Amino acid sequence: MSKVYMALQDNEEAHYLVEALEEDNPDVTVDYQPAMIRIENEDRLVLKRETVEEKMGRDWDLQSLHVNLVTIGGNVDETDDEFTLSWN
Amino acid sequence: MTIEIKTSTIQPIRNTFAHIERRFGDKPASRYQEASYDLAPTTNFHYRPLWDPERELNDPGRTAIDMEDWYAFRDPRQYYYGSYVQARAKLQEITESNYAFFIRRDLASRLPGAAREKIVRCLLPLRHLEMGANMNNVFGSAYGIGTVLTQAFLYNGMDRLGIAQYLSRIGLILDGNSGDTLKAAKTSWMEDPLWQDLRRYVEDVLAQKDWFEVFVAQDVVLDTLVYDIFYRQFDETMTDAGAGDLAMLIEFMQEWHKETSRWVDTVIKIAVAESDANREQIAAWVSDWKQQALAALGPLAAEAVGPDAINASAEVLNKRLAKAGL
Amino acid sequence: MAARKLNLKERYSLLTRDLDWEYSYRDKKEIFPYEDFEGIKITDWSKWEDPFRLTMDAYWKYQAEKEKKLYAIFDAFAQNNGQQNVTDARYVNAIKVFLTGVSPLEYQAYSGYAHVGRQFSGVGARTACQMQSIDELRHVQTQVHAMSHYNKFFDGFQDFSHMHDRVWYLSVPKSFFDDARSAGPFEFMVAISFSFEYVLTNLLFVPFMSGAAYNGDMATVTFGFSAQSDEARHMTLGLEVIKFLLEQHPDNVPIVQRWIDKWFWRGTRLLAIVAMMMDYMLPNRVMSWKEAWEVYFEEAGGALFKDLARYGIEMPKYAATAIAEKDHISHQAWSIFYNYGHAAAFHTWMPGEKEMDWLSEKYPDTFDKFYRPRFEHWREKEQAGERFYNPTLPMLCNTCQIPMGFTEMDDPSLIAYRQSVYKGERYNFCSDGCKDIFDHEPEKYVQSWLPVHQIYQGNCGGADIEKVLSEYYRINMGRDNLDFHGSPDEARWNEWHNLQSAEDRLKKAG
Repeated sequence: MSKVYMALQDNEEAHYLVEALEEDNPDVTVDYQPAMIRIENEDRLVLKRETVEEKMGRDWDLQSLHVNLVTIGGNVDETDDEFTLSWN
Repeated sequence: MTIEIKTSTIQPIRNTFAHIERRFGDKPASRYQEASYDLAPTTNFHYRPLWDPERELNDPGRTAIDMEDWYAFRDPRQYYYGSYVQARAKLQEITESNYAFFIRRDLASRLPGAAREKIVRCLLPLRHLEMGANMNNVFGSAYGIGTVLTQAFLYNGMDRLGIAQYLSRIGLILDGNSGDTLKAAKTSWMEDPLWQDLRRYVEDVLAQKDWFEVFVAQDVVLDTLVYDIFYRQFDETMTDAGAGDLAMLIEFMQEWHKETSRWVDTVIKIAVAESDANREQIAAWVSDWKQQALAALGPLAAEAVGPDAINASAEVLNKRLAKAGL
Repeated sequence: MAARKLNLKERYSLLTRDLDWEYSYRDKKEIFPYEDFEGIKITDWSKWEDPFRLTMDAYWKYQAEKEKKLYAIFDAFAQNNGQQNVTDARYVNAIKVFLTGVSPLEYQAYSGYAHVGRQFSGVGARTACQMQSIDELRHVQTQVHAMSHYNKFFDGFQDFSHMHDRVWYLSVPKSFFDDARSAGPFEFMVAISFSFEYVLTNLLFVPFMSGAAYNGDMATVTFGFSAQSDEARHMTLGLEVIKFLLEQHPDNVPIVQRWIDKWFWRGTRLLAIVAMMMDYMLPNRVMSWKEAWEVYFEEAGGALFKDLARYGIEMPKYAATAIAEKDHISHQAWSIFYNYGHAAAFHTWMPGEKEMDWLSEKYPDTFDKFYRPRFEHWREKEQAGERFYNPTLPMLCNTCQIPMGFTEMDDPSLIAYRQSVYKGERYNFCSDGCKDIFDHEPEKYVQSWLPVHQIYQGNCGGADIEKVLSEYYRINMGRDNLDFHGSPDEARWNEWHNLQSAEDRLKKAG
C-alpha cells in the first residue's frame, strides 16, 4: 500500500475542491498547513468535476485545477470529468 | 484636496542588479530588463556537449552571423514571460468568444460548398506547416544566443503550436468533430501535388543547422508569404465568395502576425546593420530561400486566391526586406 | 448536423499528435540526429502517454491568471517594504544562495528543455518538453523579479549571473546542470525530469519555500506556490518518461538504471547546500534536514521505487550512504562555508546557544559528538576577536566540485577520499558515488572547470585571493562577504528596526 497525495493552495476555490475530495474519497486525510492544504489517501485519490460543480454551484473546468495545485504524488490520469492519482 | 499615504521611508542601497546597471546606468530597471539581460551563461562551461563536441553548450559559433553584443536584439514588444502570457490570454479570450459564437450560430452550415472545400484543401493543411514552424522556432530558442532573442523564439514556437491547434479546431467545427477534414488535410499535405513543394521546403528548413538561417527561411521569408497569401488575400477571397464568417476564426492568426512581425523586422534589421559580412550572408540566405518559397507557393496561391496572388505576396516580402536594409 | 463529443484524450491527440507527419523529402535522421547515440531503443513513439493535456489556449489562460495574482503580490511587497518583515536579516542569506545558485539552474533548464523539445522525434514528448521549457523560463524570470526588491536593500544579490559562472561554490550547481545539458537527450530526461524534478524536487522546493513561509518572506513564498503547479506538470512528465523508456525495450533498463544511480548521487551532493540552509540559515526552522530527507526521500521515494520494481529498476546505488549522511551533511557543509566566509557572497555565522540545542535535539547521534565541539571552539575565537577564516584553498571533488569535507560513514571522524588515475593524472573524489561517475565517463569529467585549480593556474586573475574575490568574482569586499555580525546588512537591519547592536550600545555608553 502506498500513499498518493495532492497539495492545494489554501484559498476559497480550494475549499470546494477539498469538500469534493472528501465526499468521493471517504478515507482521505486532510492536513491544513501554512497557506497549503495537503490531501492524502491510500493507493488512489479521485477529483470529480461533477462533485466540485455541485459544491461550487457553478460550472467548473477540471483543467483550472492547475491554478491552485501545489504538488502531487502518484500516477496521473486526466479526463474531462475526473482527475485521478494512483500507485500500482 | 489630495490624499498622500505615507509609507515608512527606507532608502534602497542600489537601484537594480549590477549587470543591469552596467548596461543601462544607475537607475530603476523595467521588469523586461531585469528578466532578459545577461541571464544566459557565457563562460567556464564544464563539459562539451556529447551531441556537439566541437562546441560549447552556449556557443555563438552555431551561426555564421556575428554580433558584438547579442543583447542588441531588444524585443520591441518587451515580452518577458508574464507580459507574454497576459497578452496571449487577452487574445485567447476574444478568440474563444469568436469560436463559441461561430458554433452557437452554426455558421459552418452557411459556408458555400465551394468555399468550404477550398478551406479544407487550401487552409487546413497549414496546421502541419505550423508544426514545422513550431520546431524551427524552438530550434532558435535552443541554440540562439542571448535571452532577448531566445525567449522571443520560444514564444514564437509556442504561438505556432497554438495556431496549429486553432486551425485543427476550424476543421473540427466544419466536420462536426468527426475528424474527416483533418484526415483530408493531412492527405493533402502528404499527397496533393499542390502542397508537395511547400512540404519539401519545410522539411529542408528542418534539416538546416544554422539557427539564424532557419530564422530567415521560416520567420522572415516563409511566414511573410504564407500569412499574406492565406490570412490576408485568402480572407478577402473567402469574403467575396460569401464565406466572410471565416474571418472570425482566423482573426487570431492575423493579429498574431501583425504583432510578431514587429519583432521579426527588428531582428533582421539589427543583424543586417551590424556588419557587411552579416548583410551579405543574410542577403544570400534570403535570395536562396525566397526563390524556393515563391516556387513552392506559386501553384497553391493561384488555387487558393488567384494568378496574381504570389506576386502580391512577393511585393509584401520585398517591402519588408527593403525596410531591413536588404 | 449535430457535432459528436470528443473526449479530452481524443481532442488533445488531434490537436497535437496528429500535427506531425512522416518526412519523405529529407531523412528523419537529418532532422533528429541525436536519438541513437546513447543506445536507447525506441520502438514505438505512439505509446507515449501525454502527461498533462493542456492545449496552448488553456495554457495561456491559466498561466496568465497565475501571473496576475503573482505580480500583484510582488507589487504589494515592494510598496510596503515587505523585506522588513522577515524574521531577521540572517534569513536573507538563504535567498542569496537561491538566486545565485538555483535561479541560474532554472535558466539552464529552460535551455535544456528547448533543446530536447526540438530533438525528440516523438511529437508528444516534444510538446511536453517545450511546455516545460517555457515554464522554466517563467521560473527564472519570476524569481529574478521576486528577488529584485531584496537586491535593493541587501548585499550579495547584485551580480548573481556573473558569479554563477565563476564563484567556487556555484560551480557545484553549474557543473550539475552543464552535465545534464551536455548529455544526450534521453539522459537529460532521466537526470532532470525524473531524478531532479520527480525524485528530489521536494527536497529543494519545500525547504526554500517553507523556509520563506516560516520566516515572513512573502515574495518568495508566493513565488513558490505559484511555481508549484507548474512543477506538478513537470513531475508527471518525469514519471511518464521513465515508464516510457523502461517499457519501450528491455535493453533500456540497465542504461536507465545507471543514469538513475548517477543522477541520484549528483543530486544528493547538490542538495548539501540546501541541507545546510535548512539547519543553519533559517531563524525559524521548518524541520531538520534529516526529517525532510526521511519524509521526502525515504518515504516518498520508497513508494516510487516499489512502483518501478516491476520493470527491474532498483533503488539508486549509494542510497544507503545518502541515508546515513542525513545525520552529517548539513553540519559538514556549514563548517565548509564558515571556513570560507570571506570568499562567499553571503554571510555566515555561528549558531546561538538555543540553536545549538535545537541541533542537539534533532541530531541526537551526531551533533554533540562530532560538531558542537568545533562550533563552540569557533564561537570562542569569534568572541576573542579572532573570527576564524581559512587562509588556504580546499581540494575539490572532481565530480561534484564540493570541497572535500565529507566523511566516511563508518567513521565520521575520517575525511572520505577516493582517487582515480586516468592517462597519468590523479583525480580526487569525495565519495564512491562521485568516483563511479568519473570512472564511467572519464573523458567528460577531466574537462571540469574546477574553481580552485583555475585560481592556482592563474585563470581567475589575482595574483592574490583578495583580487580574485573582488575583481574576478566581483564580490564587494566587506559588504557581501564575512560574518553576519558586523556586516552592513546587519547594521541596516538594526537601523530599520531601531535596534542597537551590542557594539553600538557599548560605543554609545562611552
